[in-house]
Amino acid sequence: MDFQLSDDQRALRTGTRQLLAALFPRERLRAMVDAGGPPGPAGPGSPGSPGGATGDGASVRELWRELGDAGFFSLRLPEERGGTGLGLPEAVLVFEEAGRVLLPGPLVATHLAAGLVEGAAEGRVLVTALDRPGPVEHLASADAVLLLDRATVRILRAGAGAGAGAGAGAGTGTETEAGTATGPRMLGARPVQTVDPTTPLHLVSQLPDGAGAIPADPPDAARLRREAALLTAALQLGSALRTVEMTVAHVKARSQFGRPIGTFQAVQHLCAQMFVRAEIARCSVYAASLTVTFGDISRAKLLADAAAVRNARDCLQLHGGFGFTWDADVHPHLKRAWVRAAQWQSAAEAEEALAEELLTEFPAGLSTGQGEAAANVEISSE
Amino acid sequence: MDLTFTKEEEEFRRRLRTWLRETLPKLPAKPPPAHWPARRAYDCAWQRALYDAGYAGLHWPTDAGGQGATPTQHLIFLEETELAGAPYVGANFVGLLHAGPTIAVEGTDEQRARWLPPILRGEEVWCQGFSEPDAGSDLASLRTRAVRDGDAYIVTGSKIWTSHAEVADWCELLVRTDASAPRHRGISWLAMPMDAPGVTVRPLRTLAGSTEFAELFLDDVRIPLSYRVGAENDGWRVTMVTLSYERGTAFVGEVVACRRTLARLARAAKENGRWDDVVLRRRLGRLNAEFGALWRLTQWNVSAAERAAPGGGSAVPGVGGSVFKLRYSEARQELYDAAAEVIGPEALDAGHPWTADRLSALSYTIAAGTSQIQQNIIAERILGLPRGR
Repeated sequence: MDFQLSDDQRALRTGTRQLLAALFPRERLRAMVDAGGPPGPAGPGSPGSPGGATGDGASVRELWRELGDAGFFSLRLPEERGGTGLGLPEAVLVFEEAGRVLLPGPLVATHLAAGLVEGAAEGRVLVTALDRPGPVEHLASADAVLLLDRATVRILRAGAGAGAGAGAGAGTGTETEAGTATGPRMLGARPVQTVDPTTPLHLVSQLPDGAGAIPADPPDAARLRREAALLTAALQLGSALRTVEMTVAHVKARSQFGRPIGTFQAVQHLCAQMFVRAEIARCSVYAASLTVTFGDISRAKLLADAAAVRNARDCLQLHGGFGFTWDADVHPHLKRAWVRAAQWQSAAEAEEALAEELLTEFPAGLSTGQGEAAANVEISSE
Repeated sequence: MDLTFTKEEEEFRRRLRTWLRETLPKLPAKPPPAHWPARRAYDCAWQRALYDAGYAGLHWPTDAGGQGATPTQHLIFLEETELAGAPYVGANFVGLLHAGPTIAVEGTDEQRARWLPPILRGEEVWCQGFSEPDAGSDLASLRTRAVRDGDAYIVTGSKIWTSHAEVADWCELLVRTDASAPRHRGISWLAMPMDAPGVTVRPLRTLAGSTEFAELFLDDVRIPLSYRVGAENDGWRVTMVTLSYERGTAFVGEVVACRRTLARLARAAKENGRWDDVVLRRRLGRLNAEFGALWRLTQWNVSAAERAAPGGGSAVPGVGGSVFKLRYSEARQELYDAAAEVIGPEALDAGHPWTADRLSALSYTIAAGTSQIQQNIIAERILGLPRGR
């Protein structure tokens, strides 16, 4: 047993952090946050525009090509298919870094679609996902929808209609009218003035019946759901770790009563709790990336969601009045954490699944996570 | 990152399982909780069995009589003994986890030869005389005084929260040897024979009604200079070695036990109908996540220790222990609060085992460094925040 990062994994993390610092610096996040803002002096977005983000399509599409060039989506494709051939633990480290900088867009869906939807691996097409009635992100900009309908995986091409084969002329880089309208219309989706200014959402009330194409070599829907929940948890972990850093830096710099507020135990103890939450989530997410059992992934998603949301809240609290302003970088973390917490597996679903696990042979296979009974149960989309 | 075990580790686990399966049925019945001499005899017999089988002082260095096992092997040992329902370390806690490792690292050859073998063989029991009525979280403010008189110290003062004091042979004692020095630099570490004239033990009753610990009154107790471990006035540093052991490994078996308890809670709820309460069910699900994560954090910390001390031996756990201790102590209390929800009115019966555990869990956020002290440690030593006030 060696449950610590290997040298290669450390290097991957450092490299990813440097790459994302150059590719998606704070200014770029701020530009997207401000463009996607609600009506009013702070944000030019217009009410009723799909997802509240008028400029979303072009900016995300540009980002997608850059991420594609960097190999973000093809990470786990074998080398002979143009990928890097890395495993799930490595993907988790990369997604953790993406979560730190609040990289926007349907990152998990496009990553999972690499190899299934032509152009996804290179970031030429934007693929979002739908696994249950509810919110779908970036639907208006998406070229394709990865549809997980119970045990079935289908690919829905925006603009080409249901049943169109893969490889239709998407990914030219221009947002066609069909692209913005057909996907939502086909799914009967209703745009939402989204609370997170960088994640436009549509609400879908029911999954389309029999729409889309079944891929030639269809992947296991349960496996995709597990991986999606895990990678989303990794995004949340990155955000939770980042808000700890932001908070620690702030309370060291901010002075009141003639000393840094970080000298006050009331402040210190909130910071300590934030750190503990993030570390608990880190161990859970990393372990789940190794065992890939449903139980471990449910633990990881539940704890990473809690860490991201709760840490963003404490970060806001410790930033005082500044934390409540649009210009502070705090609210994008909180709002994104809310969005991600609702994706793939909610807290209610994870808790119910983990309660159910207690009634099985638990805790057999305690050490390795192998053979945990919950591997038999899968995330279902009710 | 790798959660699988090497062939050697799997072999270690297999041999241990076989030994536990053969040995545990031959153990005498567990003595009643209030009968301390019987508990001592039981705990020491178990320690002797471990010694005879080559499992005593697993994580101690070999030159101190230990097995020099790797942190991972030690983890496997704690996991397997708990899963098999083996006895807990009990009365030998201080000897094996505090005093022994301190003597192993800081003691002279003569001191190691005198004190370590009886600990490993389960022949001598140690207790801890650190805290005082006015020196709790602020341990360095301790006032029990030791004055030189020829070849001995004359010790006067009082100690509190001393577990197993009634049945202990030795006490690891912190005393002030220089009242004029800065407070961390005037402390020494002494081994005190519990039968020395002037030592009075007064048991303290816990809120659970048990006598888990005692107060010690020291009245001109004569302790030979040769019983001091480490240099005079260097006792604070010597003690810190001990405290990190406590936080590092003391709770590993308990996390395993808590996960088993949680599964029992779920089955009990299923049987008595409380399972239909979605609030309670989700609470149990969340506790499942908490204790699962604490187990992973344990594995994470153990691997960190193993990397810090390749080849085994006495790796001193780092501040990661504070993260674990803070969360675990809270989770344990939440677990038994949930248990009370499951059993309903029975939770008011002090004789119910889960009620007894619920009461004893209340000490966890206080003992071995309060939650507030752990948060100070995390804030100052990990996050680098300026010293608090």
